[in-house]
Amino acid sequence: MARLLARNEVLVALVIVAFCILASLSDPRFLSLPTLTDLLRSSIVMTIFAVGAMLVLISGGIDVSFTAVAAFTMYVTAMVLNAAMPWMPWWGALLIGSAVGAGLGAVNAVLIAGFGLPTLIVTLGTLSVFRGFMLTFVGSRQITTLPPGMREFGRMMMLRGTNADGSFYSLHGAFLITVAVVVVTWAILQKTMLGRAIFAIGGSVESARRIGINVRGVQAFVYIYVGALAGLAGTVHASMARVANPFDLVGSELSVIAAVVLGGARLAGGYGTLTGTLLGVALIVLVQNSLIVIGIPNTWQSVTVGLLILLGTGLPAWQAQRHAARAP
Amino acid sequence: MRMPGFLSSPEGRLAVIAVLVFAAMAALSPDLFLSVQNVTSMAFQFPEFAILALAMTVTMLTGGIDLSVVGVANFTSVSAALILTRFAGAGALGADAALWMLLAVGASLGLGLLAGLLNGVLVSVLGLPAILATLGSGLIFTGLAVALTGGSAVMGLPVAVAWIGNGTVAGIPVPLILFVGLAAALALLLRRTGFGLRVQMFGTNPLAARFAAIDVNGLLLRVYALSGVLAAIAGLVVMSRANSAKADYGSSYLLLAVLIAVLGGVNPYGGYGKIVGVVLAVLTMQFLSSGLNMLSVSNFARELIWGVLLIFVMILNTRTRVRTRPKPEARVP
Repeated sequence: MARLLARNEVLVALVIVAFCILASLSDPRFLSLPTLTDLLRSSIVMTIFAVGAMLVLISGGIDVSFTAVAAFTMYVTAMVLNAAMPWMPWWGALLIGSAVGAGLGAVNAVLIAGFGLPTLIVTLGTLSVFRGFMLTFVGSRQITTLPPGMREFGRMMMLRGTNADGSFYSLHGAFLITVAVVVVTWAILQKTMLGRAIFAIGGSVESARRIGINVRGVQAFVYIYVGALAGLAGTVHASMARVANPFDLVGSELSVIAAVVLGGARLAGGYGTLTGTLLGVALIVLVQNSLIVIGIPNTWQSVTVGLLILLGTGLPAWQAQRHAARAP
Repeated sequence: MRMPGFLSSPEGRLAVIAVLVFAAMAALSPDLFLSVQNVTSMAFQFPEFAILALAMTVTMLTGGIDLSVVGVANFTSVSAALILTRFAGAGALGADAALWMLLAVGASLGLGLLAGLLNGVLVSVLGLPAILATLGSGLIFTGLAVALTGGSAVMGLPVAVAWIGNGTVAGIPVPLILFVGLAAALALLLRRTGFGLRVQMFGTNPLAARFAAIDVNGLLLRVYALSGVLAAIAGLVVMSRANSAKADYGSSYLLLAVLIAVLGGVNPYGGYGKIVGVVLAVLTMQFLSSGLNMLSVSNFARELIWGVLLIFVMILNTRTRVRTRPKPEARVP
């Protein structure tokens, strides 16, 4: 029992269940399909970000630049498609977005894998470089007319319905993109040698090197892949919001990392699960959208998230330390 | 590549960069940049983020980081401002105002100390990674500031408060005096005391420090407490200069504080860093900032230049550090 409780996934799941029980006690309408679709809709972009952030954490690094990559990508993609390729279908727009993101991720990869710089400092730097570059040289005004491909994608719904009281609810088609991202990442991590190598360098760089893993190559893959995911997330975000606002997204990176860490991924590297990450995102999205339902005013939102981070990471850390102290 | 002695230390290189930036800005707009007005306005501007950078430096020396500095600064200044507006009011004068100001300053420094101690407990006793602990606590402090004020600015401070941020003593700006005093005290603390030596030892090799019978937990507690108090002082300067306090003031200062510490040659893996370097980095950033402002370069371009500078200096510093101190396993995310 104690060991089960030490796992972040279980803790987070229990908190989510408790939250939902409290919420439905104070407002019976909380437990309904519209609430679920609303929450799923708010978690589409965040989940893609979180999967990328988790991969970086597993490899022993940290990336805070992904929101800037996403903002840069959605802005540039919308602009280029509008100007040069308005005929591009929606899947083409998503592919181009991922490619632009991968290109920016390659910048991080060169600095981290090539020069061996600390990941936090590099990505803090590239965060302001990408954002500063976009706002200075590309543009700082919203693009309100998106290219046809992105507009088409923005209207795609996979589920529609009407409530008893006549209001509509719907689930956006982008949800399937998120599912695909989770499945592909799961396959990479669990079914390929590359995935094993990512866990290995997160555990210990030196040991990984000695068993013949190409550490730089793996690191380069991680940052490029995460860049591609961020680019994809940015394009999805702009399509769903039906506007490419260059000031969007940046600033949310810490809550994404908070979600991943709540889900049990270790900052020191070598450990992290997709289940945990998805639960962490679910909890953060719940807190961001429905705190008011359980009677906590919205002004207390960041206190709640902060407390959750400290409890969610402090409890396992404290237990580990007690365990280590008891061992001979 | 071998460099002459002066250029082989990060501080030496930075001194050259600072002089070059100053010369470039002076050459590009001599009338504006070298004017008395500009020099005094620079002296009023930089202390607030420079003090935050000092707070960041102390924690980085131990191989940690304090991402909660801006949260602590805002939380403590909002508390001080609430005390001042509730009890003293804008019209307070003389002894009455002085008494309440003393109390408000005391309260803010005390809260800064408590906030820092909380970080210290999380990092040392609970063994949380510094990034996580201070990320979480930073959210809590910012959140408390939001909850205390409902998100709006606290205004209507006594006139005397403005003195901390805008006053002068013998022609020298008060914030500058404050910063020079703190930097000198910190330099002495780190160079000339056992505490400073232990901080460097712990930063270089935490395990060796533990085996050398250093009270590691006590050391970390004191380091983060110091960082919290410094952040509270920075918060007071910001409050006085803005003549108000708000939960989201200076949110861009967090990146800037990390940038300045790293630019100043502080090793983010811990163990190496000099206050001289941090002061030089502060001056470089302020020259760059004011100069670009005069050339009417946009704020966004400034952000771009900061980022490029940060990465450039990191490359320069690690290239030279790799040869002197190989640490293959060291990995601070």
